[in-house]
This record gives sequence, C-alpha cells and structure tokens, in this order.
Amino acid sequence: MAKIWVYAELHQGKLQPTALELMAKARELGDVEAVALGSGAKAAAATLGKHGAKTVHVNEDKAFDDFIAEPATDALAALHKAQAPDLILFGFTSDSRDVAGRLAARLGVGLISNAGDVVAKNGGFEAKVPYFGGAKVASMRANNKPAIILVRPKSFEASETGGTAEVKELAATIGAESRRAHIVERVTEASEKVKLEDAKVVISGGRGMGGPDNFPLLEALAGALGGAVGASRAVVDAGWVPYAMQVGQTGKSVRPGVYIAVGISGAMQHTVGMKASKIIIAINKDAEAPIMKMADLGVVGDALKIVPALTAAVKAKKG
Amino acid sequence: MKIVVTVKQVPDPNSVTVLESDNTLSRDKEVVLDPGDECGIEEGLQLKEAHGGEVILVSMGPERAKDAIRKGLSMGADRGVLISDPQLAGADALLTARALAAAIKPESPDIVICGTESYDGSTGMVPPMLAELLGVPQLTVAKKVEVDGSTIKIHRQTSDGYQVVEGAIPVLITVTAGIAEPRYASLKGIMAARSKEIKQIGLGDLGIERGEPAETIEGLTQAETRKAGSIIQDDGTAVDRIIQVLAEAKVI
Repeated sequence: MAKIWVYAELHQGKLQPTALELMAKARELGDVEAVALGSGAKAAAATLGKHGAKTVHVNEDKAFDDFIAEPATDALAALHKAQAPDLILFGFTSDSRDVAGRLAARLGVGLISNAGDVVAKNGGFEAKVPYFGGAKVASMRANNKPAIILVRPKSFEASETGGTAEVKELAATIGAESRRAHIVERVTEASEKVKLEDAKVVISGGRGMGGPDNFPLLEALAGALGGAVGASRAVVDAGWVPYAMQVGQTGKSVRPGVYIAVGISGAMQHTVGMKASKIIIAINKDAEAPIMKMADLGVVGDALKIVPALTAAVKAKKG
Repeated sequence: MKIVVTVKQVPDPNSVTVLESDNTLSRDKEVVLDPGDECGIEEGLQLKEAHGGEVILVSMGPERAKDAIRKGLSMGADRGVLISDPQLAGADALLTARALAAAIKPESPDIVICGTESYDGSTGMVPPMLAELLGVPQLTVAKKVEVDGSTIKIHRQTSDGYQVVEGAIPVLITVTAGIAEPRYASLKGIMAARSKEIKQIGLGDLGIERGEPAETIEGLTQAETRKAGSIIQDDGTAVDRIIQVLAEAKVI
C-alpha cells in the first residue's frame, strides 16, 4: 500500500475543513497518516482518526502557530527522512502553500498545485489540474518521491469512517533559525453576516459593478435573499472590497444553491471557485463574456438597474 | 538597501484567450508586464525612496521579456537581469525557483519582493520555494509593508482579516496586487530606461542543469462544462425570469 500523508492545517487550535476533505481522498489512495502541528493537534488527531487516519503525528509547540512556514517545514522534513511517504497532500490555501513550497524546495522535489482530483496510476500519482484557462483538464504525473500535491478546497466531500488513530509525538526541535517570520498580532475584519462558504445564495460582484460605491446594491440583494456577497479577484486587487470576499482559485471556493455573478466576466481564476454551484445566474453587459457560457440563466443588461429591481421584487415576493 | 523585485511577462489579462485546435494558445496574444508585478515594483521603489538603495528587476523568459523589464526600469528601477535559455521553456515551479535563486543570490539583496501569484498561473508556488533556496524567511500575502532599520513588518492578508507579521532583513516578501498603486512611467523615465542595463544570462552562467522534469503532462481532456443555459437580453422582463429561477431553486 502506498503511504499517504495529509498535512492537517490548524488555525490557532482549529482543524481546517480542507484537512478532512483531503482525508476522504487519501483513504482511496493508500494508508493514511496525518500530520497536525501546533495548538490543538492532539484534539485534531481524534477527528482525523474518525476520518480514516491510521496514525497522526502531532506536536503542539506554539512555534507552529506563531511562525510562518519554517517550523512546519522543519518538522515535515525530519519526519520525511524517517518515514519516506509516497505522497503528501496539502490544501491549496495560503498557509499550506507557504509550507508546501518550502518543503518541496528543501527536499528538491517538484509539486503540483491547484489540483481538483488525485488518482493513483502506474505505481505513481496523477493530479487533475485546470489548463488553458480552464477549457481543458491536464493529467499531471508527479515524477518525484514524495509526490507533493496541493488540492483546491471543497474538491472532495469529507465523511467519517469511524476509526481511531494512533497518536505519535513528532520529535522536532524548532531552533531560532526557523523562528523568523513572527505572527505578532491577528486582526479579524470579517463581518458577522452570513459566511460566504456556508451561504445558500451567493451574489458576487466584479468590475462591471463600476466601483465600490455600488457594492451596497449587492448587499441589499443578499440581505433580501439571506445570502452572502462575494467578489472577483479584479475588484479585490483594486481595493474595492476586502480579500475575505474573494471567490476563486486563490480566494474562497463556494458551492451554493444559487450563485449570481454580477459584472464578472468569468476568468478561470474566478470560475474554479464557483462552478460547482447548483444554479448560476449571470448578469453582464457583454453577451460574449465566458460566464454566460456556463450560466443557467444569462442576462445581458445593466446590472446597476437590474439588481435593485430584483431586490425589490424578492422583497415583494417574500411579503 | 538592496531590493530585488521578481517580474514576469504574462499574456495580457485584458485580452481573450483563444485555444487553437492543436491545444496551444493563440500566438498573437499580447504580452505585458504582470499587473501584480507592477505593484511589487512600486512597493520596491517606495522602499528605495524612503530608505535609499537600489531596485533590481529579475525575470525569466524569452528574449521579449526584456520589454517587461524595460517597463519596470522606466517606472524607476535601476537595472535588470533576464534569465533566458531555450532549456527553460515550460519550466516548472522548482526549476523556475532554482534559476531565480541562482541569479538573485550573488546580489545579496536585503529584500526580495514577489507578487503573491502571477496573473497567468495564479498558483503562487515559486515565492516560498525561492525563499527556501535563498535561505531567508518568507513574509507572505502582504497588503502593507513597513521597514524600520533591519526590522520589517507586514500586514498579511487572511481569509477573515490580517495578521501582523514581523521579521528581520534579509527577507522575501510577497505582496498583493492592492499594496500600492503603480506609478506611470514619465517621459524622462522612459528615456532613462533606454540606457539602463539589462544583463542577460543563461542556465550555464548559473551553473544549473535542467534535469528531468518534476511533473509531466500525461494527457489533456476537455473540462467538464456546465450545460449551456439560456441567455436573454434585458427588455424589462429579466427580473421576472430571475425570480422564476430563484423560485424553482426554492430560495424564495
């Protein structure tokens, strides 16, 4: 059996959902061990066990919480030396990208990122990666051992199998040379409204909204529908709205019942984060925009007129 | 202070990608300096203006990538280095990071600035690899940067806000596209850029061999496409149609 590792990302003691999604896939590929580092690692190990991890390597040193990438790279590299896994799975998230990139360079192996699926083939592993702007899917074979693959969040459905993992203390010495990028403060800016990832309806705005001053129109519609507001990378980059609202490859992945894309052209960067939505409605001035080709309903028109009218109609319908 | 900014020439994000029947990208697509890298250059120039020093642009790509470097030089960067070698065509992240590291190391920069991710690939894997190969810490996804003596402090964008992250020079930082509004090149800047040095080097100069690729593409399949729906012109009835779809989806 192939030896598979899942890097179980923790945020201040909280196991990230991506870890459990990766567990579901890893179980299909071989014997699964997870690595959980930082506060809460032992508690996370119990959960990981229920999701199919036979062994969880833990270390609760606070250095893993407070310093970017380097302590985790040290621990994984040390464990790799002793255990030589065939495949290491990471979530395609900011924190895991930092660790995976560093680890791959240290081990002198390649990595495959932005994967939507992983399959075992010919004694190795292939990742399915969007290609040519998302028009194609490339099957990329990892030629090195370990194979390192980063998988987009929400690519797999997490499910419990009801096992218990053996918890092993991972011996790691985190020296001063790895305590260099120090997180000294954490600031939460997100509002208390409906969470984007959990919303049943998501209304996202892009450049076609004309400017940040028009985003309250989307907020009003989201309010009427009980949904959340997202955005394209272009408008986040332009500083119209915070990154917390970004939907897409390097933002959040969502799969709501209804996704309404307003003034968004539909670049791959955006669509990989929302194309799993059940129903997609697009409102755009350009009938040729790529988003129109994937929408269940595409409306060619002026978003700034349609959105307020829609909000009023939803309110009237709901009474 | 010596600042290196990595820059990349990418297909113009504002032009439409055309996929030819043989699975290659349309050749006549315009190429531009990655818009995210313009922000990185701007941040580098602002740090130089505040603390003195030099801004060096390092790129990897075909000969024409000099245009991207030249644009950065016309914004005010001091000089450029282009790693160009036929063997680098289709280089993966590891090879890219190795080549960049080999070109940057002799410069012994205080700060290396990278975009968080390129506009074309958007995978953001080269910067952490580069930091490891340079042996420096990485302060990533910065939307704000402050330098005080040898201490550097950034605001690191997170999914629900930001973290304040502190480190010491030398360091690699990745910056978000929103970090600084890139300046326009002045006429004087454009003139001055013409005589600025762009050093071109190959893999041999760096002592790197391409080696076996870390990943190979075994096959390409058509992406799963969603069933095409209907497209309507808003003639005043669009709202009714949307309401109908929302009702069918049982969200109202």
